[in-house]
Amino acid sequence: MLLAILVLLLEAAPAPAQQPARPVNEQELYAIASELRCVVCQNLSVADSPSEMANQMRALVRERLAAGDSPAQVRQYFVERYGDWILLSPPRRGFTLLVWVAPLVAVVLGLGLVALLLRRWTRRPRPTPPPVDAAMSERIRRELESEP
Amino acid sequence: MTRGWRWLLPLTAVPLLALLAYGFRLNPRDIKSPLVGRPAASFALTSFEGQPVTLAALRGKVVVLNFWASWCYPACYEEAPVLERGWRAYRERGVVVLGVDIQDKEEAGRKFIREFSLTFPNAPDPAGKVSIDYGVYGVPETFFIDRQGRIRVKHVSAVTEQVFRDTVETLLAEPAPGG
Repeated sequence: MLLAILVLLLEAAPAPAQQPARPVNEQELYAIASELRCVVCQNLSVADSPSEMANQMRALVRERLAAGDSPAQVRQYFVERYGDWILLSPPRRGFTLLVWVAPLVAVVLGLGLVALLLRRWTRRPRPTPPPVDAAMSERIRRELESEP
Repeated sequence: MTRGWRWLLPLTAVPLLALLAYGFRLNPRDIKSPLVGRPAASFALTSFEGQPVTLAALRGKVVVLNFWASWCYPACYEEAPVLERGWRAYRERGVVVLGVDIQDKEEAGRKFIREFSLTFPNAPDPAGKVSIDYGVYGVPETFFIDRQGRIRVKHVSAVTEQVFRDTVETLLAEPAPGG
């Protein structure tokens, strides 16, 4: 009797080795596939390519997600085999950090330069009008007064 | 002050030009594999003849693992005779040539093998799992695996007689595992 209960209990306990496949979130799958480079294409992601290789890679992403891998683990799986090259966005560290930082630096430097030049141009003294001598202003005054 | 500024502007172009010079000297087809030096991933395929093809069974041998496809012309057509000759010349010395047919139709693969009278084991990889495991991005690609089971060389494009001989001889000259 005790043995029977024990067997029942053991059977009821989920076997960790045979976990049922996790349902795959299609959006998650699409998000991962769109970050991966289709290796046989020119500038296409695995999500966008109709090629057989991309198809197989999508199937593999699905399989790994179903096996319980996190999106980061799936990405890592491909990076371990293909290197960072497989990621369409270069990683934000090391040498490729430059790709992310350089445009910002360029924009900041450019704005700085524009500000500097604007300040210089606006501060340039205006050309002073030539002095009007007394005879000339007297003449102008007279002509204005003679006007009907 | 103005003098210094006048020099600064062209100077900012120097790092940019240096970066471009570096970038343009790189070969975009030459993508370094992170797998070189690492243990080769195990696999279990079934050859076109129905025989099991596993890497585990080949421990202690130098393995030339070649990924090909029947539509890969001309590179795969150039290297097929080279691989067959290499296999015949070195099989007695503990070298195994293994072909994996990827992204292909089975019948076209069989025709390719017949056409070149290939006698080394060839297996299709219908789900592409082995090719993805080896980070293959095109055909042909060839991995030279040493007797310890580590990937030592990844060769992209057709294997030449010299590449085959030099690489295999280097790996054969190394002591076998455990002795």
